[in-house]
Amino acid sequence: MEEQSEEADSLAIWAGCRVGAGSGPVGNEENMLREITLGQYYQTDSVIHRMDPRVKLVTTVCYIISLFIVDNIAGYVIAGVFLALVIRLSRVPVKYMIRGMKSIVFLLIIAAGFNLFLTPGETIATFWKLKITREGIRLALFMAIRLVFLLMGSSVMTLTTTPNNLTDGMEKLLGPLKHLKVPVHEIAMMMSIALRFIPILLEETDKIMKAQIARGADFESGNLIKKAKSLVPLLVPLFISAFRRANDLAMAMEARCYRGGEHRTKMKPLIYKKRDGIAYGVVLIYLVLCVAVGKILL
Amino acid sequence: MSLILDHVSYLYEAGTAMEYTALRDVCLKISKGEFIGLIGHTGSGKSTLVQHLNGLLKPVSGNVYFNGADIHDSDYNKKELRSKVGLVFQYPEHQLFEADVFSDVCFGPKNLGLDKKETELRAYAALKQVGLEDEYFYQSPFDLSGGQKRRVAIAGVLAMQPEVLVLDEPTAGLDPKGRDEILDRIAKLRDETGMTVILVSHSMEDVARYVDRIIVMNKGQIMFDDKPREVFRHYRELEAVGLAAPQITYIMQALKKKGLDVDTDITSVEEAKEAILKALKRNGGAV
Amino acid sequence: MGIIKTRDLIYEYIRRDEEGNVEGITRALDDINLDVKQGDFVAILGHNGSGKSTLAKHINAILYPTEGTVWVDGMDTAREEHLWEIRQKAGMVFQNPDNQIIGQVVEEDVGFGPENLGVPTKEIWERVEESLKAVGMYEFRKHSPNKLSGGQKQRVSIAGVIAMHPKCIVLDEPTAMLDPNGRKEVIRAARALNDVEEITIILITHYMEEIIYANKVFVMDKGRIAMEGAPKEIFSHVEKLKALRLDVPQVTLLAHELKKSGLSVPDGILTCEELIEALKL
Repeated sequence: MEEQSEEADSLAIWAGCRVGAGSGPVGNEENMLREITLGQYYQTDSVIHRMDPRVKLVTTVCYIISLFIVDNIAGYVIAGVFLALVIRLSRVPVKYMIRGMKSIVFLLIIAAGFNLFLTPGETIATFWKLKITREGIRLALFMAIRLVFLLMGSSVMTLTTTPNNLTDGMEKLLGPLKHLKVPVHEIAMMMSIALRFIPILLEETDKIMKAQIARGADFESGNLIKKAKSLVPLLVPLFISAFRRANDLAMAMEARCYRGGEHRTKMKPLIYKKRDGIAYGVVLIYLVLCVAVGKILL
Repeated sequence: MSLILDHVSYLYEAGTAMEYTALRDVCLKISKGEFIGLIGHTGSGKSTLVQHLNGLLKPVSGNVYFNGADIHDSDYNKKELRSKVGLVFQYPEHQLFEADVFSDVCFGPKNLGLDKKETELRAYAALKQVGLEDEYFYQSPFDLSGGQKRRVAIAGVLAMQPEVLVLDEPTAGLDPKGRDEILDRIAKLRDETGMTVILVSHSMEDVARYVDRIIVMNKGQIMFDDKPREVFRHYRELEAVGLAAPQITYIMQALKKKGLDVDTDITSVEEAKEAILKALKRNGGAV
Repeated sequence: MGIIKTRDLIYEYIRRDEEGNVEGITRALDDINLDVKQGDFVAILGHNGSGKSTLAKHINAILYPTEGTVWVDGMDTAREEHLWEIRQKAGMVFQNPDNQIIGQVVEEDVGFGPENLGVPTKEIWERVEESLKAVGMYEFRKHSPNKLSGGQKQRVSIAGVIAMHPKCIVLDEPTAMLDPNGRKEVIRAARALNDVEEITIILITHYMEEIIYANKVFVMDKGRIAMEGAPKEIFSHVEKLKALRLDVPQVTLLAHELKKSGLSVPDGILTCEELIEALKL
């Protein structure tokens, strides 16, 4: 069990937590947790993986903005080509990405549906009481594309960046906010600790659940109120354990001389390389192009 | 009462790159009144095995039978099974949740749908069985010592009046005296009730004194399944998989090698003392 | 003066009921006098609730004495200005391996201490490498801690402390949650540090077989030091240890029983070989 391959990097924690997996009475919940593959780190070596997390964060934000600037087919083509290029460079298999998208299909249908049926305008077809309008089709289509691009775009970031790398990037990017008394370092530290403890707490949830099921607890049947009540035997021990862990962790951190962000050095400081500069340039060109195509030319 | 595992295999993360075989073709028969030690180190599959006994895990292949019925039949009453095969997890104090000890022990019988009176009678009896004094009954379980918490947790399962009691590492984290107290209590309980008891442990020394059958797990398979003294004869093989026979086994082996005529199958210090004294007397040694 | 010294150390805390009213005062440590020399391997033994962990937390300045004084490398732990230096000099490893690993990758966790000390980046990497090598975990440096066994996690924790270049490491029941293999791994790592790096080790435990290698053992009970001496001396008091909720290895117990039956066997036998020698076979 311990001899996992070398590639086991930090993000493997997600896949790595052995939540009791598979069948059994508590299987459903776990499977649900496992289904959410959207944006799980994908371990491979690519330009995008090696890129500074700050670049990826900024690019993602720019990309999202661009999706809201463009408002015509040509603009979406540009956005699509850009996304496709980035995905290609990231070496994350497209299949893997699409599998991750499955979990949002439902959301997509609802969002598109609303636009499709509820947009006023020139009626094309009528089902029962619902009217489909030309404007509706256009809006629904754009909405769907926008949503898919948005999610794929941001998942490229999480697919290619380990969470602690991401928190580092965020800490550094938001660094200037420190002057406004925003506890940037603390927030980043909290995020990375949360990431570290999620698998542990998931495993613990599974254990407590099983222990209570062994005492005849029933987490599945009954109405909503009964179900909510049945969670008490799970949540109380879980919270007590989480508090104990938090307490222990705080002590362990203090014992290792942790005293906030001041005077701290970094083992893995973020340093911009040449490729990061180039990436910023590309993003800028892309943005200009989007604005030009989306707003001016057409 | 009988509990049978028939060619049971179990995989974690089946179908993913992380797939990992936890049990491989395990066959096992547990009969009424047995006192069994299930030994293996972390990752040997012993915890996975016990979770099959009350249907918490479903074998990927193979079957589990309780009193002749397949527990994974669609119409099988799993809830009843779980009251008959009581499973106490490692660090059981992590599952205490009620405001006072007594209510916490009532949780199990209450889930069985028993009326208030019966529930309380059972809870009271169970707390007596684990030897917790009345003065603690209405305290918060979180204020108790480690050993007391563990008793409460065991009582919580006993109150369901199981026919089989499975305890996963009941002594983990306790000090030596606390460990002996819990194990003595379990042995006494078993004598009084004739219940089948399965002690899961990674320490041969702890269980050797109590059980009459030892099952050694290694890499998801049963390595040995026999009387303690028979199992300890294989002390070299046990060592090879990172387990050790009790120290006493090594002492007796060493003495035998030095020419002292002693029984090497001895498992307790008391027996060893008698045997050494006898052997020395035969040798005409100075006693 | 030794690396760790306590004089008339008393620690009391106030017990409160649910409403916060004072219920009474518990004396968790009572008149503790210790003097640990640089390079010693000291074991502190005691049952649960004997005060041994409370004592450990005084050495790392997590708790401060109610009365008396604790010095770490000559610094009084009650003086705030020394706090961080004391915590750097006397590192601490705790019981639960999961609750003390901060990093999501082994090497990052080991780097956490040096980062806090403001060590330059290049040196952090050197320290991380040497520390992981010292506990035999270098090949796991890129792994997620969640995938390691209990013994491996504790070795990572030890590496995390070594990377701060301490003079002394306090291990507070590092093996209580581990299986026998894990326990051996951790004890082996601690012994190696003591032998090779000459780091002072203070091992807190209730497993008797782990104290055999110590050069000095303190047994605690009710917040006091009930016994002290070399392992051999401690183990020669089988009855007394039992009264303190502890036990002895089977070989020691057997030798003790044989002696009671009239054989001439010395007290405090620790190994099988010693017993055979004593029986003159």
